[in-house]
Parts: sequence; structure tokens; C-alpha cells
Amino acid sequence: MITLEDVSKTYETGSRAIRDISLHIRQGEFVFIVGNSGSGKSTLIKLLLKELEPSSGSIVVDGLDITKMKRKKIPMYRRNIGVVFQDFRLLKDRSVYENVAFAQRVVAAPSRQIRRRVPEILNMVGLAGKYKSYPRQLSGGEQQRVAIARALVNQPAILLADEPTGNLDPENSWEIMKLLEEINRQGTTVIVVTHNREIVDQMQKRVIAMKSGKIVSDEEKGGYTHED
Amino acid sequence: MRISTFFYCLRQGFQNITRNKLFSLASIGTICASIFLLGLFYSIIVNFSHIVKEAETTVGITIFFDEDISYDEAKMEEIAGEISQRPEVEKMVFISADEAWNYFKDEYFDGRTELAEGFAQDNPLAASASYEIYLNHVEDQTEFVRYLEEIPGIRKINYSEIAVRGLTSVNKIISYVSVAIVAVLIFVAVFLITNTIGLSISVRREEIQIMRLIGATKFFVRQPFIVEGILIGLIGAAIPLAVIYYIYENLVRYAADRLQLLSGLFVFLPVGQIMAVLIPMALGLGVGIGFFGSVFSVRKHLKA
Ligand SMILES: Nc1ncnc2c1ncn2[C@@H]1O[C@H](COP(=O)(O)OP(=O)(O)O)[C@@H](O)[C@H]1O
Ligand SMILES: [Mg+2]
Repeated sequence: MITLEDVSKTYETGSRAIRDISLHIRQGEFVFIVGNSGSGKSTLIKLLLKELEPSSGSIVVDGLDITKMKRKKIPMYRRNIGVVFQDFRLLKDRSVYENVAFAQRVVAAPSRQIRRRVPEILNMVGLAGKYKSYPRQLSGGEQQRVAIARALVNQPAILLADEPTGNLDPENSWEIMKLLEEINRQGTTVIVVTHNREIVDQMQKRVIAMKSGKIVSDEEKGGYTHED
Repeated sequence: MRISTFFYCLRQGFQNITRNKLFSLASIGTICASIFLLGLFYSIIVNFSHIVKEAETTVGITIFFDEDISYDEAKMEEIAGEISQRPEVEKMVFISADEAWNYFKDEYFDGRTELAEGFAQDNPLAASASYEIYLNHVEDQTEFVRYLEEIPGIRKINYSEIAVRGLTSVNKIISYVSVAIVAVLIFVAVFLITNTIGLSISVRREEIQIMRLIGATKFFVRQPFIVEGILIGLIGAAIPLAVIYYIYENLVRYAADRLQLLSGLFVFLPVGQIMAVLIPMALGLGVGIGFFGSVFSVRKHLKA
């Protein structure tokens, strides 16, 4: 599903965020990416989203080398990838419903499909009752659920989450992780960047640890082994 | 594009306008000003051209002949025939001494024919046979009079030089000045729209970033801003059109009521005739300003 070969990324500032990484993630996997702040986790996510171009190496997603992809094809490529961030990135002036429907409008979905699928997905993330609320009226956990609903409403094959529980208390963090696990169970490939040691240890998924732009360990059913 | 997507973009464009009201108002204001002036100048120029046209048909040159020729119709016809060959000449009308006297009598004695009785046998204007010469274009008049002065046998040439010079040069000056002012204003309007849209884009940076990550096409991201620009242009054009319509119609009515003295010389074109040209011109210009202003801005601020 996702294959990185000898990928490096050096920013214009000279900062070497990713150094010669090779990595393979299969379809339907659930993968944690852990590591110190500044170890290159977010840069990796941005490379997968084609927000950034690697300085060298190739990234193949779904059989397509995205480093050779034409600019015009980027939107279509991204429609196959859902993404969630630590800071939720919801539109503050729009209701929960509109935030999720937004993703469908962006891909020019027919209105009948929007009316059917948005409530469906809000129901799945447990927010069916709050579709009229605005982001500021929701807790952090609820806001992240909206963000997840928005990431999933277009039914992407891959879900990327960059520290999705970074702003949440332990209880809400657990609920979000359970939700991501459920999404994975339904077939979506899920890649989660996190600092949450307890969760990583307990969930027993594949764990890729990064340090200074390199992968230092990659274990199936791993724990949070590296030093913080 | 789907109809629902189209309406979504339209709605977003409207929201953009209401979201940064101050800048939108400034842009709309400038477009209003430029299009109002355009309309004003257009009305003036068209009416002036109309007056000049009218003048061209009424303003004429009158030539009188030397006394010895004035009683010799054949000789006068020969000279007139030569003049009428000139390409500037639209038509020539012969006025005999008797016709001149009758006309003068009516004007001067105001129908009290008994006062004119004394002259009955002896036309005081006996040597006043004349030709009125009408030209195709008034501008040619000065040149043409110079030509007439060279012709032997012509005693006197009557024409109104000031009126002719005034009409044509005033019209030219108004045209040049208005083209210059409107051009400057259009430039300012495009500049302001570019900034308004730029602000609108910066307010929505986060939203645009999210749209891109979700997989919005370049077209979809840019569309609402283009719509915003075009809407600003349309509003900016519609307001001055309404104002001009109102003012012009009332001015025509006022002129018809109060300025009847002048009405012979000064006939306003009907409001419908002015608006038939002005409406498409102003709307086209407003849409154009809005479209190009927003396209410039989007090119500048949304490179990717
Ligand atoms: N836009 C950028 N320009 C320059 N350097 C950057 C940029 N983003 C990140 N970096 C640098 O790249 C390295 C990796 O950053 P990042 O991928 O954000 O790490 P992480 O997400 O693991 O905390 C850091 O040293 C950071 O300072
Ligand atoms: Mg990070």
C-alpha cells in the first residue's frame, strides 16, 4: 500500500528532517509512529500527503509513485487519504454538520449523497446528537471526532493522524484511539503519530520509532521502547 | 460542474463579501464612482454629439454676391454650381431677393403688413439674393469659408464661427478628459478589488489549507474568490446605473418643462436610448473589473 525507498528530506534551512528512510506499510495495517519532538514524524506525514517533496528517494502509494505525480493529479490523490491533526483544524464559523459536509462539497459530491453520508458518519463517531453545534461548543474530544468524521466521510483508503490525542485528556485520548482502531477494523489503513506511551504499550500494534530523521526500530505488536 | 457545487461557490462568494465588509464597500465604492463617471461622461458626450449633429444640419453659411451679379441669376447659378461640386457641401438653397424681403418683413414688422406698404414697389433688399450652403461636417466650415473668400463675385460671407469651433472642440476635450479619468478610475478599481480579494484570501487561509488537504481542485479553491470579485463588480455597476437613470430622467423632464426656450437647440436624447448602451457597457465593465481584479489577486496569493 505504502512503500518508501531511501527517502530523505532536507528543508531549505538545511535542517535534515528525514534521513534515508525505507519503509513498507501493508493495506489494512494499523501503525504507530513514535519519537521525540523534532525527530521528523510530521515531515513524514507531510511527504505522504504530498504537501512536501522529498529531496531524494521514492514514495509509492497504491502502486503510484507520488514523487513523479503531476500537480494536477494531487487533489485526486489526496481524496484517497484522510488526515487528522492535533489542533483539529475545524472551521469555527460552521456547524458540526457543515464541517463534515465541507469535505463532501470539496470533492463535488451530489447533495443527496451528502445528506445521506454526513449523518451516517456523525453517528459512527458518536456525534449524531450534536450536528447543529459549533466547534467552540464542543469538548476537545468531540472536536477531534468531528475532524475524524470529516477525514472519513469521503471514504479514503488511508487515514493519517498526526498526534490526534496531543490536546486531549487520557479518557478522551482512549476514546479517540478506540475509534481509530474501529475504523481500521473496517478496512482503512491507519497511521497514527503519537507521544502517548500508555496507549501505544497497551494497544499492541506495529510501532515505528524515529530519531533524528531515521527509523531506529520497527516492531509488530510493539511498545513505546525508545527514550523520550 | 455540478449545480450544487456551483451554488455552493456562489454562496461562498456572497459570504466573502459580507465577511470583510469594509474592504468590499471600498471596492464597490470605487467601481460605483468609475462607472458613475463613465455614465455621466457618456451621457454628456452622446448628447453633445447629438447637438453637434443637429447643428450640422441647421448651421449654414450664407453667401451674398457683388451688386452687379445680384441681378443676374444665370451668373449666380454658375458660381453656385461650381461651389456645389465641392465634396464638403451637403446642399445649397437659393434665396431670392424677394424671398429675403418677405422673410425680413415678417420678422421685422411682425405681421403688420401696412408698415411695410411703403416699400412695396422698391425692395430695399434688392441686392440680397443669396445662397445658404449646408456642409456635411461642421468641422470643415473654417476651411470652406477660406475657399469661398477666394471666389470672385462673392461680396459677403455670413457664418457663425464661434459656435462651430466651440461645439467641436468642447466635444473633443470632454471625450479625452473622460477617457483619461475613467481609465484612471478603472485602474484604481482593479487595484482595490485585488486587495479586497487578497484580504478575503488571507482571512480564509486556514480554510483553504484544509480544502487542499481534503483534495479540492485549484478551480474549486479559486472559484469563490472569482465569484466574489464578479459580484462586487456587478453591485458596483448596478448602483450607479440606477442613479444615472433616475437623474437623467428627471433632468430630461426638467429641461422639457423649464428650458423650453432652449429646447430648439438643446434636445436631450431619450433616457431609453442612453441606457440601452450604458447598461451593457457598465455591467460588462463592472464584471470585467471584478473578474480581472480577483484573477490577479488569486494568481498572486494562491500560487499552488
Ligand atoms: N517548515 C520547516 N522548515 C524548516 N525546518 C523544519 C520545518 N518543519 C520542520 N522542520 C525541522 O525538521 C525537523 C523535523 O520536524 P518535524 O517533522 O516537525 O518533527 P516532529 O513532528 O517529529 O516533531 C525538526 O528539526 C524541525 O525543526
Ligand atoms: Mg510533529
